Amino acid sequence: MATKHKDIIFAPVGIDPTKNGKATGAASGKQSPLEKSVDLPAPTAANHKEAGLSKAQLHTMYEQIYLQRRFEERAMQMYQKGKFGGFLHLYIGQEAVSTGTVHALNDDDDIITAYRDHGWGLVRGVTPNEGMAELFGKATGCSKGKGGSMHFASVENHFWGGYGIVGGHIPIGGGIAFANKYQQNGRVTTCFFGDGAVDQGALHETLNICQLWKLPCIFVVENNGYSMGTAARRHTVNEIHERAKGYGMKSAIINGMDLFSVYKEMKAIADDVRKTSEPWFVEIRTYRYRGHSMSDPQKYRTKEELAEYQKIDPLEKLRGYLLENKLMTEKAVKDLEAKIDQQVLDAIDFAEESPFPENEALFEDMYAGEPYFHDKGNFES
Amino acid sequence: MATLQFREAILAGIDEEMARDERVFIMGEEVAEYNGAYKVTEGLLEKYGFKRVIDTPISELGFAGIGVGAAMNGLRPIVEFMTFNFAVLAADQIINHASKARYMLGGQLSCPVVFRGPNASAGQLGATHSVAYDSMYAHFPGLTVIYPSEPDDAKGLIKSAIRSEDPVLFMESEQMYGMKGEVSDAEDYIIPIGKAKVKRQGDDVTVVATGKMVHVVKQAAVELAKNGVEVELIDPMTIKPLDMETILTSVKKTNRCVVVDEAHPFGGVAAEVGFLIQREAFDYLDAPVQRVTLPDVNAPFSKKLFDLWFPDAKQVVEAVNAVTYRG
Repeated sequence: MATKHKDIIFAPVGIDPTKNGKATGAASGKQSPLEKSVDLPAPTAANHKEAGLSKAQLHTMYEQIYLQRRFEERAMQMYQKGKFGGFLHLYIGQEAVSTGTVHALNDDDDIITAYRDHGWGLVRGVTPNEGMAELFGKATGCSKGKGGSMHFASVENHFWGGYGIVGGHIPIGGGIAFANKYQQNGRVTTCFFGDGAVDQGALHETLNICQLWKLPCIFVVENNGYSMGTAARRHTVNEIHERAKGYGMKSAIINGMDLFSVYKEMKAIADDVRKTSEPWFVEIRTYRYRGHSMSDPQKYRTKEELAEYQKIDPLEKLRGYLLENKLMTEKAVKDLEAKIDQQVLDAIDFAEESPFPENEALFEDMYAGEPYFHDKGNFES
Repeated sequence: MATLQFREAILAGIDEEMARDERVFIMGEEVAEYNGAYKVTEGLLEKYGFKRVIDTPISELGFAGIGVGAAMNGLRPIVEFMTFNFAVLAADQIINHASKARYMLGGQLSCPVVFRGPNASAGQLGATHSVAYDSMYAHFPGLTVIYPSEPDDAKGLIKSAIRSEDPVLFMESEQMYGMKGEVSDAEDYIIPIGKAKVKRQGDDVTVVATGKMVHVVKQAAVELAKNGVEVELIDPMTIKPLDMETILTSVKKTNRCVVVDEAHPFGGVAAEVGFLIQREAFDYLDAPVQRVTLPDVNAPFSKKLFDLWFPDAKQVVEAVNAVTYRG
């Protein structure tokens, strides 16, 4: 009979179970770096010109990052005031990923993501008014108030939406790419999901099929360190980007707190996909500042860890870069911020004042063809 | 009229739709080089090539989702499952995505995909290969569920399914693939979705059945006719939308009804049809509605137990005797 182990655990061996983001080496009395939930690769050394970005693009990028940040901060306040219900998953901290990517892509390239989708919507066709109204469940929302926070979309702008089942939209991203290849339209699909989705079987099936059929799709893990409250190293084995090796798929790892890195590398990858019609598997490492959703007390990580990432905040970093390199004056930055602050406040007014959907809307948008509702008579007075 | 096997009728419908619409393609396990596990796709690869006739890995969740995404992005996918038992692995794509994406995005996209394959029992295949899924999918808003019983219906309905703007589940049967029948050779033969057919006229009792059960009821009707009981057999053909009007018209004439359903009893088509008859035709009924279904038990392998499990003509006769108060 084998020896009985006293300490059987169903968790990775060698990881302190108490808290993520604690200082290591405390016992020896030495100050040592934090054991963080994600380690960032070095950012690109390129300046904006070397990365291929113009001054005008930088201004647009700053506007977009600031809009995403401010929109979500206000959304959070509105949620806390009880202006709307449901889930609210904030993207704050990850905005360099959405912003860098949309500039790296053509406007008709396709984007699909999971439920942390406000930032993606705001950089791809959802106006602040439409976004805020969607959160409020109003008829003027981007999805007519039927989707809410998790289902922002602007399909005419090739943003296919936010999806609510972890990993569920990964095969759909492959299908969008399949149709692009079938129609030979030259479009590249980008499919974003969190590190938690890496553990879903849907990812394996989709990567295998996409590599087999050479579908023009970039699968991007936005590894923000946590699958809800479980640190990446606790929920998945090995390095995430190395999954690609099993499929013989091209892969990359990108610093997602650094806008220029995201832009430069995603552009090179999109160019390669357009040229070769071969898929990529990309891990962009980033960090979310807020909880998984509004109900998350965040007991699984330290304040020190959060502070470490806030030191390299993409918003602050870009603002600093613009000022340091005299690409924008202090006044121009302030004016731009004031303009967006007002735009977001106006969006709240717009959402407040917009009507809720009419009762008839309950039965609308179910079918593209002939609608059918079983036993509908039972619901009509 | 041409005499075609059930599989040939489906194939003819798919072939015609692929010929008329470049956006239509078919994908699934063994559909291309193998010519289809049940030969429904025989010859399509040769005719349309690997762009439109596509062998998939055994990854139901993956390829069903690729079908959903392709449908959203302008194509008309036909996704074949080797059986609907395997489609359970793809249920997230059918139930959480195909049926809901349009609504939750406020109508910004549509999802014209056909999921098709054999449904329900095919003999002694054991517990995991024998389940009827039509009523389960019919439960979910946004999904159309078709389950034809004869070659002619299959051809006309598969064409409608492929042309539908919304997701359709098209259900067949391993045991019906070889069945022959007269099929209309009218050009572009279409049967509208959501219309029932009266498969046998009779004044004494209405029997509602779909798929394989239609043939079980036909056998029973022959027996019952010998004793002077004339069955009116209604085949809804489409489970959802369900043509209750045709069923109610018949029940109001016969005043008696038996529903035969190759599913388990809880919450199935039989339960739903029975409830609606009760509510809509209560005053016309001369007897409580009866149903013949599988028991609430998994499919056994042993022939003896299987025969006990599977609904047969004798059970239909007994149910008809019950509603006609005959010994």
